[in-house]
This record gives sequence, structure tokens and C-alpha cells, in this order.
Amino acid sequence: MAKDGIGASVRRKEDQRFITGAASYTDDIDRPGQVYAYFVRSAHAHARINGIDKGEAAAAPGVLAVLTGEDVKASGWGGLICGWMIHSRDGSPMKAGPHPILAQGKARYVGDHVAMVVAESYHQAKDAAELVKVDYQVLPACTSTAGARDPGQPLVHDDIARNTVYEWELGDRSAVDQAIARAAHVTRIDLVNNRLIPNAIEPRAAIAEYDRGSQGFTLYTTSQNPHVARLVIAAFVGVAPEHKLRVIAPDVGGGFGSKIFIYAEECACLLAAKLLQRPVKWTGERSESFLSDAHGRDHVTHAELALDAEGNFTALKVQTTANMGAYLSTFASCVPTYLYATLLAGQYKTPAIYCAVDAVYTNTAPVDAYRGAGRPEATFLLETIVETAAHETGRDPADLRRRNFIPKSAFPYQTPVALQYDTGDYEASLNKALQLADYQNFASRRAASEATGKLRGIGLSCYIEACGIAPSAVVGSLGCGVGLWESAKIRFAHTGVVQVFTGTHSHGQGHETTFAQLIAEKLGVPIANVEVVHGDTEKTPVGMGTYGSRSMAVGGQAIVNAADKIIAKGKKIAAHLLEAAEADIDFTDGSFTVKGTDRAKTIGEVVFAAYVPHKYPEGLEPGMEETAFYDPANFTYPAGAYVCEVEVDPETGVVQIARFVAVDDFGKVINPMIVEGQVHGGLAQGIGQALTENCVYDEAGQLLSASYMDYCMPKADNVPSFQVALTETPCTHNTLGVKGCGEAGAIGSPPAVMNAVTDAIGVRISMPATPEKVWRALQDRRMPQAAE
Amino acid sequence: MYAFEYHRPRTVAEAVSLLKGASDGKLLAGGHTLIPTLKQRLASPSDIIDLGAIAELKGIKEEGGRLVIGALTTYSEVVESEIARRAIPALAQLASHIGDSQVRNRGTIGGSIANNDPASDYPAAVLGLNATVRTNQREIKADDFFRGMFETALADDEVITSVSFPKPSRAGYMKFPNPASRYAIVGVMVAQTGGQTRVAVTGAGPCVFRLTEAERALGSNFSPSALDGLTIGAEGLNGDIHASAEYRAHLIKVMAKRAVQAAS
Amino acid sequence: MASVSMTVNGQAVTRDVEPRTLLVDFLRQHLDLTGTHVGCDTSQCGACVVHMNGQSVKSCTVLALQAEGSQITTIEGLAKNGQLHPMQAAFREHHALQCGFCTPGMIMSAIDLVRRNPNASEEEIRGWLEGNICRCTGYHNIVKAIQAAAVEMRS
Repeated sequence: MAKDGIGASVRRKEDQRFITGAASYTDDIDRPGQVYAYFVRSAHAHARINGIDKGEAAAAPGVLAVLTGEDVKASGWGGLICGWMIHSRDGSPMKAGPHPILAQGKARYVGDHVAMVVAESYHQAKDAAELVKVDYQVLPACTSTAGARDPGQPLVHDDIARNTVYEWELGDRSAVDQAIARAAHVTRIDLVNNRLIPNAIEPRAAIAEYDRGSQGFTLYTTSQNPHVARLVIAAFVGVAPEHKLRVIAPDVGGGFGSKIFIYAEECACLLAAKLLQRPVKWTGERSESFLSDAHGRDHVTHAELALDAEGNFTALKVQTTANMGAYLSTFASCVPTYLYATLLAGQYKTPAIYCAVDAVYTNTAPVDAYRGAGRPEATFLLETIVETAAHETGRDPADLRRRNFIPKSAFPYQTPVALQYDTGDYEASLNKALQLADYQNFASRRAASEATGKLRGIGLSCYIEACGIAPSAVVGSLGCGVGLWESAKIRFAHTGVVQVFTGTHSHGQGHETTFAQLIAEKLGVPIANVEVVHGDTEKTPVGMGTYGSRSMAVGGQAIVNAADKIIAKGKKIAAHLLEAAEADIDFTDGSFTVKGTDRAKTIGEVVFAAYVPHKYPEGLEPGMEETAFYDPANFTYPAGAYVCEVEVDPETGVVQIARFVAVDDFGKVINPMIVEGQVHGGLAQGIGQALTENCVYDEAGQLLSASYMDYCMPKADNVPSFQVALTETPCTHNTLGVKGCGEAGAIGSPPAVMNAVTDAIGVRISMPATPEKVWRALQDRRMPQAAE
Repeated sequence: MYAFEYHRPRTVAEAVSLLKGASDGKLLAGGHTLIPTLKQRLASPSDIIDLGAIAELKGIKEEGGRLVIGALTTYSEVVESEIARRAIPALAQLASHIGDSQVRNRGTIGGSIANNDPASDYPAAVLGLNATVRTNQREIKADDFFRGMFETALADDEVITSVSFPKPSRAGYMKFPNPASRYAIVGVMVAQTGGQTRVAVTGAGPCVFRLTEAERALGSNFSPSALDGLTIGAEGLNGDIHASAEYRAHLIKVMAKRAVQAAS
Repeated sequence: MASVSMTVNGQAVTRDVEPRTLLVDFLRQHLDLTGTHVGCDTSQCGACVVHMNGQSVKSCTVLALQAEGSQITTIEGLAKNGQLHPMQAAFREHHALQCGFCTPGMIMSAIDLVRRNPNASEEEIRGWLEGNICRCTGYHNIVKAIQAAAVEMRS
């Protein structure tokens, strides 16, 4: 293994600029002649816009333009799109209402973009925004996920009946119904997967620039996938031909899904830049992030799990209503369908599964993928119902899981919900987790807590996810409008240094280090001589970006494939230089050698020969630069077992995490330090969902949790130090054997925490388990006793 | 933020005259409530009069058996003051839980009580410890100072100069913080000073208030169990997405008992 | 417009600013010190923490004019002669950052903690960080980095 190669906890190359304040985020960039945009947002959840008087604002100091939906219409530009077509069970296509860049006719949620003011300074734009007079006719709002389809509910889109985007299903309903009818026991639960606000700490921002000479645009934006942004903005919004739009996503301060999507603000900035012929900058305020970043989760579900007399799961039936918000965001439609229902087998060999999903519009911000996207919702449901079934049937939760695990010998395993798992060893992860958590001796810790007046509980969660998104043909057959392959280009310079151009995007994941490690491992070039380039559509090959824990499993594999092309070409050159047959050349540790001899050329020498081809194979192209595109054969299936222990103060209801053990199987690991960091972050987000975070709209559609004063982000004192460990069953369909690690923590942890809370207080409550909810649950439990 | 004129007086007298001369002047102390309010455009003062350069408003001293804290003294200065920690440990402990580390480095006692946010901690200390608020014009008893939500006895041109605390024989403060903002959902200060027992509650109602029933119970038996029989109604208490009025009522009792337990 | 003078990272600076200019905007826009970030508008995230006369403050909640005459240190001013501050080095060594956006504020806050409490326990470190929100790391490695830097800074 190269010193800095696969498996080494190399310290991150990118850190130097982050720890010295030398990074370059979008808001750190200023363009010559730049002006500033500020958005007028709807204060109403639902209102007809009878007119907009921009006169006073337009005349205010420094104001250059006031744009509304009418101006967008006049420009001929279109609106935003949702890129994944879902068909209802009756075969009809999903109902995608129009998603204008600036509201046309109606405002549909608090924060909806109604007008844009551009001025010489930020203060002038913001001052003038208050002078834009919007004549609103306030309409009743539809804000309830569960009630959105009820008769008489206000219609978010006037022509979309019952606010219903689609009524979708997956699985064999009759088999499931029959199994439930025959079951020895059926566990039934109702649950809510609470709505979350992503809260990357860098708010979204954009700078749009138009060049009259080339008639092309440059857009700096906080994106996880600049090429996808370019495609959507060029081809669907219709801003310019795709090659006339350069999208740059520089350093990006976290995404968690929320920066996958194409947003109205960046499109409006492009329009203003064209009209004004000046660079236009918009930097979102945190309040705007709360209102208008795509939110996550928000499911209401009823589920039934059938068990036979021995405790084998025989069927799972699920009915979910998923809130899409006021508009269908870029990938919103696939989240509660193909990223959710397909995961409902979990780690279990349940033979029959059926899931029906109704997606609804409400007068709330759009909802789309947020760390885990569909898979946390599936895992929360499954691991809650399994734990509940264990309690209802008097079985140890670990034993019930073990009994139902897909055995190690059964892979590849075809689930009843479309996916085929390639590898896994679920029992190994669970056993390791239980051992690390000292599961055996929990009773004594519980007794110790009770002695101090505290309640203690322990909870398990065994998750699976499908990531490494995604095999293009598979997602294409399911309605995805794009392919989900990835690209890489490896370019050597004369002197042997390397640039790796990737279509993925790093916004915290550490690609500049882990991708360099791949080069060190495969090509023997020290990582100091490798630079990873991402985030600029002019520099990198067309690529699909970073989300769904795909960057290493798909993007990393593309790099490896490009490296293989480098080696193949290098062998031809080395054979010529060494006067040997190409078939006799080996390549290891950066050296081309003639088999069985000590005659060798370093990769540096071979590269030099490729650029200075004075002595060179006839007919071979000079240069050393190779591109590869990689389309995965399958999803990857990271899985793991989490154990959470909580201590509850019964007087106040406060829940503290006493310990948290996470054992994950990510297949092969490139950089353990970075992988552990990804797990830590995911765990904190999952613990946040379980204990603190909640997006709350009131009945009128006002966002009550609209700042850090009310939206409870997990802070350092809300989480413990974690115990994390790995097991390994390598992925079988990529040569790296990697599965992906970005989302696992957020997927597996909420049910572990909530199962622990349930165990501590004896009753199941909804997320987040706030002190008041816990206290009330304990009060309600005590009531009957008090009456005795 | 809307535009405003900025002033940086060197004396209280100069500050008062600037305040009188402004059409809608606002005093700026630590700024950790006022500046966020300005940023949210919830206020549009014509003039900001920054008290930050007025040396006479700063400092912690003992004076006639009392602890006197200058209005512009930051929370951190109280937390780290040997004098304050010795004189009234509960006060230093209370200050150590206000806001976060950086808020404590800027926020001041004068700014806090002049603003009288219903969820602030210092009002509970001032009322519970029976302090006296000194201004450029007079001395105001704690019982007369806090008038209602964001309302005090201060006149428009009145500037707090210091707060004077009698030393209690024992005092304790316990807070149940809002999980997001870390303001008090309920904070209870209990103190025995010169034979008198006081219990002041912040966060729970529209304005800090005394819990006389608890004061009576603790007056005869200063122990947590003395509060066992206490019943607190939810009527008139605050309710929000973090805590209903009923829950706050419950927390008052729990925090009061814990404050008694912690009192030293 | 009003004139303001202060010392930033050891250099005396004087600029004319609108009175409503925040210290963070002064640093970012007038001095081009973009290492200090803005992550919220309610003074809670801590991405903007700098040192003012040696104490950590949220530069989004201080007017530039309030900093008249003060000594300001930002993340750009920590490393001396190319030598990282022990806290910067520890953040890299212990992988205490991912996207890097909260990192400058986190580092500035942590240095103030160690200055005040060189032997802070894990609980004290977590308590001190109440005013710094990180969405990436789950705080685990931040705590480890601060513990390691404290050892370094004590010696």
C-alpha cells in the first residue's frame, strides 16, 4: 500500500485554507461592478397577487431594477422543474404545478419569492424592498400533511384536485393482505417523521454575470452539483444554451441535500445580470434559509407488521402521506417513493411488502432530499415497528432482529421491493455493536440511574440504505430524467504532477484528500503532487455532483477507471522505452517494470516521455491525460447497527444521550478518519431530529421555527462523544469495494434514540422527544396509578 | 438595519443630553439585544448612543456591605470577578449561564435589565436579591423597577448607572433553558437576605415576578421539601412551541426546589 | 459616513463607514478579510467570532464604530510567520472541520476558552461551545481538537 494510499487516515489537504481563513465561499467573491439583489418574499402562506406597485421602490436611492413575475414572463424564461417523473397507480403522470422564478398570480408559502430589487448596495436593495407594494388577497392556507387531501381544503394549485401530486404504490398488496390476515400477531403503528430544516451553516448565495461579448453567463452558486444546475437552468429555465452558461460552485459550506436543488434566486440573479449588464450578487440571510431552503422529511404514516408464531416477519404494509410543500423541488418526487419504499425490507427477509404513498401539496416551503432522503424515513418506520413488535410479543429486540435478518449466505438478495442487495453481514454488525455498548450489563446501569432518580433506556436500530446513486438504466426506468453516472479526468503535467478533475463536488466530504489517495494508491504519485479540481463546469468533465453518498462509489470508481487507462497507455510507452513486450510490463508503486527483471521506468519518466515523445511508440498519441465515465451496475448497500442509551430526568423530561455506539459496514474504507467524521456528523443530525429539531408551521402557514431562537440545532452539549466502529463486506460491483458513508449516521440514529426513549419512559412518543413531551408522557402514565 | 446617527459619549451627562436631543434615540450598551433587533428591522431609532466609552459605568466593587455592579459591566466580568463570586456566588453562577460565551463577553447588566426581556436571567437576580437600581436621577427598588413585558420604571432620559445588591445569607439560581435560544424558559432565584426570603421567577410570565407563596413556605423552612405542597397555576404564564404554560408552571416548582438545594 | 480606526491583526486601519456597518461587514467588505463568516442573523451560530481586545465576540453583533480603538484579531491573524496557531494545527490533526464554514469562528472561540480555562473538561468545552453551531462534525472531533490544543497551549 502506498503511504498515503487506500486505508490511510491522511490529514486533509484542503484544511490549510479553511483553518487560515483563506477559503473562498460564494459570498467571499466580489466581481467588478457588482450590484446587490434582495428578494421581496410573501408574508402570507397563500395569497392571490392582484398587482405589484414598484414605483416607489424603483425610485429609491441606488435602485437599478425591480423585477416581478411579469418581468420573468416578458423575458421568455421558464420556471423550475422537478426532474423525476412519478406515475400514480392508475398510470397517470404526477401533477407538477408551475414553479415560477418569481411568483405569478399567487404566492404559495411564506417566503415565496414575489419580487427582486437590485441596487448599488445591499442596504439600498433591502431598504427599497420594503417600498415594493404588493396587493395581496389573502387566501385560506392548507398546511397539514395528513389533512391536505381532505375535501374543502384550499387548493395550493387551483387546477390540482385534492392537492395530490400522485398516488403511488409499490409491492404486492394482495400477498400482504393475506399474510396479515393469517398472522399470529400484527403490530400496528402510526407515526410522523418530523419536518426538518437542513441548515448548512453557509447560507445559499449566488453571483450572476453576463458577458456581452460571448453572450454567455457565469453563475457562482452554492451548489452540490454545478453541472446539474447548468443543465436545468440552461435547458428548462431557458437562460442560454448549455455551453453559454458556466456554473462555478467554489468552496461550499455544507449542503446535506439542500444545495442539490435549483433555486429561484440564482435564476432571478441571472435575469437581472442580463438586463443590467452588471454582475448581480445575492447572499441569503439565515432567515431566508429557514423560509426558502428546501425542507426535509415530513411524512405521516400508518404501518402494519405481521409476525408468525415464531416471530418471523411475514408481511409489512405501509401507507404514507408525504408533504411536498408548495412546489415540486428538483428531486422531490423520488424521495418518498424510490428512495423510501424500496428500502422497506431493511435488513430483514420479510417476504411480502406493500407501500402506498400519497404526495401532497401544502402552503409550506418545498420539501426535497435532506441527508438520507427517504431512507431515514424508511428506517425510522421499520426500526420503530420492529422494536414495538419485540415489546408486544415479549421478545428481546436484538433476538427478534437476528431471527429475521437476511443471512450472510443469502447474498445477493432480491427484496420484494425492487432492490437487490449485493453483500452484507448484519449479524456481525449487531453483535459488535451490542458488545461495544455492553448491552449485557444494561440492567445494572439502569439500576444505577434509578438510584439517582433518573430513568434509563436502551434502543437499537439496524439500518440499511441504498446509495452510490445510481445505475442510470435503473433510475431511468423509474422516471429519473437524467443519468447518474460520474466522470473523472486525470491530467499529468510534464513534471509528473497530477490534476484530477471530478464531476462530483466536495462541500465538506474531503474529496481533495480521498481522491488524491486513490491516485497515490493506483499511480504511485504522492498526494502532495495531486490536485483535485471540482466545482466548475468549464474545468471538469460533465458530471452529476455529490449527494446520496455517491462520490466515492461512483465518482471514485470513475477516477480509478481513468487511472487504469493511464496505466494501460503507460505500459505501451514503458514497453517501448524498455524495449520489451507490452504484455511483459507490470505496474506497481509508480513503477513500470519488465516482469522478472529489475529494468524499470518510473511513472514520472513515462509521463515525461509522453509529453516529450522523442523516443516513442509509433502511432501512439502523445500526452498523458485520460477521462473515464462510470455508470454503476447497482446501488451500494451500506448497513449497520446502532445502540443508543439515554438517561431521562423524570422531573423535567430532559433526555440526555448517555452513550451512542455506531457500527457501520461501508465496505472498503479509503480514509478511516474522514469516514468516522462523516458518521459523527450524521449521528448529530439524527440525534437532532430525534431530540431537538422540529420545523413548525401554524395553521395559517406562518413558520414558527424560523430562526435559531426557535429551531433547535443540536449543539455541542446536546450530543455525546460517540463510539464508532466498522465491519466490512466489500461491495461486489465496484473494484474499490466501497459503499458510501455520508448519510448513514442520519439514517440509523433517530430510531435508536427514540427506541431508547421509549424504553426509558415506557411509552412511545413522536419526534422530537422534547422535555415537555417526555414529561407529559410520564404524567399520563402515572395518572392511572395515582387513581388507584 | 435602518440607517441611524451614531454617538459615543464619554460621560453619562453627555449621553443624557444626546438622548434628549434625538428625535428617537436609543442607548446602546452591550448591544446583544438591540443590535439583533435592529438587524431584524424591528426598531428604527434615529440615533444610537453608545455607552461603551463611559468609564464611570464600568466596574464591580463592594460598598457598605453591598455588591455594586456598574451598568456597563459584562456578564463575563461578573462571572470572573473574585469580588462578585465571593459576595454573591449565586449571582456569578447565574451570569455564567446567560446566553453563550460570546454574548457574555459583550452583554451587560444595565442593558439586560433596562430591556427587561421576560426570558432574561438578570431580572430574576435583581428582584430575587432585592437589589436597588441606581440611575443618573435616583435609586429604584427592584420591586418598583420591573413593570411588565419589556417595560421598566425608567424615564425616557434616564440612564442606569449601577445595580446595588445586598449580600444574601444564601441564594441559589436554577434555570431551565430554551433548548434553541438558551434564554430562560423558567429561571428561579431564591434568596435569604437580612431575614427576608425572596423567590423571583423569570421566563415563565410576561415579566419577572415574585412567588410569594413559595417565599412564605421557605421563610419558615428553607429546604426543597418546604415547596412540596406548592401548587402553581398555569394561568397568565407564557406558552410557546417549546413549553406550554402548564409545563412552565410545573418547571417553576422543580427549578425552585433545585435552586433551594443549590443555595449557598 | 463616520470614520473608524482600529488595529486589525496588528495593522492600524482607518476607514469611513455607514454607522449601520457591522464589524463583520467591515472586516469582510472594507478590509477583504473574508475568513470571518456570517451564518445567521440572530447572533447564535458563531461563524463570525473574532477577538476584540483579546476576548471572543460575535462580530455580527458589534457595530464597526463600537470597535473604535480596539485590537481585533481574526482567523487570518492567528498564524505567525507561517506557523499555525496550536488550535489551527489541532483542528487539522483531529479532523475537527468538514465544510470549514463554522471553523474560523469555532477556532477563535476555542482559543478564548483555553485562555480562560486551560484545563477545561469535556463537559466544560461542550458548554462553552454553546454559541458555535457546526452542522458537519457532530462536535466529536472539535472537542478532541480543543483538548489537544489545550495541552499544547499549556506547555
